Amino acid sequence: MSNLINVHNGNNMRIVVVGNGMVGHHFVDQLIQENILSSHADNDTQLDVVVLSAEPRLAYDRVHLSEYFSGKTADELALTTPEYYQEHNIKFALNAKVININKLAKTVTTAAGDVFEYDKLVLSTGSYPFVPPIPGNDQPHCLVYRTIEDLEDISASSAVSKVGVVVGGGLLGLEAANALKEAGLQTHVVEFAPQLMAVQVDNGGGRVLRSKIETLGVQVHTQKATQNIEAGETCRYKMCFADGKVLETDMILFSAGIRPQDTLAREFDIAIGERGGIVVNDQCLTSDADIYAIGECALWNNFIFGLVAPGYTMARAAASHIIGGDVTFQGADMSTKLKLMGIEVGSIGDAHARTAGALCYTYENQPLEVYKKIVVDSQQKKLLGAVLIGDTSDYDTLLQYALNDIELPEHPESLILPAGADAAPTLGVDELPDTATICSCHNVSISDIIEAFDTGSCNLADIKSCTKASAGCGGCEALLKTVVDSELTKRGVEVKKDICEHFAYSRQEMFHLVKVGGIKTFDALLAKHGKGLGCEICKPVSASILASIWNDFVLKPDHVSLQDTNDTYLGNMQKDGTYSVIPRIAGGEITPEKLIVLGQVAKGYKLYTKITGGQRIDLFGARVDQLPAIWQTLIDAGFETGHAYAKALRTVKSCVGSTWCRYGVQDSVGQAIDLENRYKGLRAPHKIKLAVSGCTRECAEAQSKDIGIIATENGWNLYVCGNGGMKPRHGDLFATDLDTETLVKYIDRVLMFYVRTGDRLQRTSVWMENLEGGLAYLQQVVIEDSLGLGAELEAQMQNVVDTYQCEWKTAIESEQSRKRFRQFVNSDKSDLNIVFVEEREQIRPATESEKELFIQSKSSQSQSIESQETELAIELL
Amino acid sequence: MSTINNWITVCSDTDLVANSGVCALLKEQQIALFKIKNATDEQIFAVSNWDPIGKANVLYRGLLGSVQEAKVIISPLYKQRYCLESGQCLDDNAIKLVVYPVRIQQNQVQLQWVA
Repeated sequence: MSNLINVHNGNNMRIVVVGNGMVGHHFVDQLIQENILSSHADNDTQLDVVVLSAEPRLAYDRVHLSEYFSGKTADELALTTPEYYQEHNIKFALNAKVININKLAKTVTTAAGDVFEYDKLVLSTGSYPFVPPIPGNDQPHCLVYRTIEDLEDISASSAVSKVGVVVGGGLLGLEAANALKEAGLQTHVVEFAPQLMAVQVDNGGGRVLRSKIETLGVQVHTQKATQNIEAGETCRYKMCFADGKVLETDMILFSAGIRPQDTLAREFDIAIGERGGIVVNDQCLTSDADIYAIGECALWNNFIFGLVAPGYTMARAAASHIIGGDVTFQGADMSTKLKLMGIEVGSIGDAHARTAGALCYTYENQPLEVYKKIVVDSQQKKLLGAVLIGDTSDYDTLLQYALNDIELPEHPESLILPAGADAAPTLGVDELPDTATICSCHNVSISDIIEAFDTGSCNLADIKSCTKASAGCGGCEALLKTVVDSELTKRGVEVKKDICEHFAYSRQEMFHLVKVGGIKTFDALLAKHGKGLGCEICKPVSASILASIWNDFVLKPDHVSLQDTNDTYLGNMQKDGTYSVIPRIAGGEITPEKLIVLGQVAKGYKLYTKITGGQRIDLFGARVDQLPAIWQTLIDAGFETGHAYAKALRTVKSCVGSTWCRYGVQDSVGQAIDLENRYKGLRAPHKIKLAVSGCTRECAEAQSKDIGIIATENGWNLYVCGNGGMKPRHGDLFATDLDTETLVKYIDRVLMFYVRTGDRLQRTSVWMENLEGGLAYLQQVVIEDSLGLGAELEAQMQNVVDTYQCEWKTAIESEQSRKRFRQFVNSDKSDLNIVFVEEREQIRPATESEKELFIQSKSSQSQSIESQETELAIELL
Repeated sequence: MSTINNWITVCSDTDLVANSGVCALLKEQQIALFKIKNATDEQIFAVSNWDPIGKANVLYRGLLGSVQEAKVIISPLYKQRYCLESGQCLDDNAIKLVVYPVRIQQNQVQLQWVA
């Protein structure tokens, strides 16, 4: 039974794409882009594109597959959506495995019996994992690592396993080992060769890599040939090696290389290489003039390219040939930079020094476990290759030397030696030719960036969205920024960081000026470094900086004129000019007695009551003149200010933790209370939120906080720079299994570094994204203390902790600051414009029309209103 | 409240807060009073307290500042800037605050009523 699916539309060219992996999708995306951009759309011939995927979902990011285990969902890994395809009229079928190609009739048939006609057929079938022919390799819990479905299987198997083995110590094998480790298994890697990553890394590099991986708790077994998998004694299985040794494990993951998925081509007589792979030419055409092959299934010049960047280039070449362009595939540079289990690994060109006459320079730092080697030609003029383990900061520069044949400096070793007295000569971007490729994933060269500037882009964000540079693996981000900055400078664009017209400085520079100059007031700062009277931008910024450094009472006469209204009146101003009252409820823990006090205050002053997202209670509708009395009552009952009005620490949310919860492994509430009490009152560029979860179920949603802490059996995992709000972002895992002392030390350092260097109103997430080097740089500064700032940051934080005062307590103690909370200096009346009506048994601000009615009736009734009385308009309406 | 040549006394000099605002009630009208004071200069301003955009009586709780040469009060609700000399809103030409002539006489803050 077969159904002929006719997608033919007049003269349209019919293209059928078999496979929707990363490369298959890139091909479709190229057609979408080209069809809009090229003159092709003006021709009579339009394209009808059909995508047939054997997988149950559209393309997703296989490069970052292991992140599925650190919480990324299938949706987050997706590279496209059905809506996107539909919008561009791309037809697609999922679970549609192609089983037949009829080259004469030009049709393909799926397993379901659907037949599709094509004018051009594109095979993008990818590869499949190679499973060594070991007896017993087909039992349950013997798995591979390639698709999301594989990951689901691994996940299910991990849940009932304690020990896991990865067979294969290559790039993918180590990725897979990371996945098992993330899943909480005791993890082993078994490799046939004498070293790890034998393709990309030389012997010395492999040794350092192994040592680093073993430090992380993954056991490595090299030169091991598995002969048999049989029933185990302590675990589910026992692996028996050729040398007579055995290894017990509950599950086995095969990642011993890939094989091109060329079955279709084989069966239907398309030329295949000796060792597999569909033979293609520079246009990615196969032996059939209407059939293309791209990606890992294609064999070019007797070589399979198992990386995404060459696959993308093939996709571009095939798309170009179909629509009459001239892009060709000319082979690809297989250099790669990646992070495996947090270990930086880089490999460029001839890493093994196989070129005749090649010479090497090697640097190894055993204490830090850093290994760097460069391979140069016999004349020592050109860079042929490099291996970097533990530190890939030189990768971008080295790659540019290699790709562009740039002449090496006199002492090539200076390129990899640590920056000492004679710093490594940096390769200025000005020395790069315009043809130099910056982003190899999306094939963006310097000339593309220049063109983007010429057509209207004017900053880094524009360039990124226009060229897609650094949207692939992201490895080129730092280099891209340098190129963009250099181009901006060439164009005479001064990158201004002035916060406002009164100060020609960034927030960070102002922080420095205040700290170094010992400046204690805004007047002094303005006199020395600014002009004019200030404004709504520089005044609160100054107040925040002064508070972060000196931690004075915010309502001290010197500071009072600086604060925005929320800080001046120590509450959040609402739309009608009333304020909200939010006392601190550390960790969300509150006694019944205190709850009753909140209820009594709310009832007594007729305040609207609501529970906040940060596990506290918000009381709305307090007039400015009522605030001191309300706070007096609260403070007498043991409350203190919650800083809900300030750019400061807000709350530390917690789940109930090991004290009560069946699953909790640490006391999250106790930890949250301690942290909240430590950091309360800390002024920052923006608000800061923390959360502590008592186990990996993460009920406190800590990963959506600036600082998130999740309990483990061994201590605490620290996540940083997440947030909810307008642009949600999950926090990044910063350090694992910390004891409380180290945890507090790291948080002290991260927060104080943020307070010092963040821009105005910049939350931690954006701050970190803008730090050159991002998370890794922050880890260096905080964990390795690379700037030598650690002790200073801690001391500064300790000063803030030691000088904490409850601002409300100080405010109501002084007659002078109490006076600030008057509506009128010359009358006890209250603001007639503040009017409430009742809704769901509570107050809400009256609308304008409700107010008019009320004020009319009120002024005809009486001329004066007692100040302590809140009238409900509803009674009169 | 005493009236001398149209000048009405509203409060004492000491009720004002340097580089900040207070509010006075006069004939049921709310008037925001500001004192700008620095090493060389001391100036008093009086404008209506009603925020015509935020629609609340809050301007006295705004921040003082400057835009070029103009001294401004910035609304605490939505941050529009108003020139203290003219009452003109710098972010919306159509909006203007009522400005009251104001002075200090024998430590009393006095202003002239503007209908």
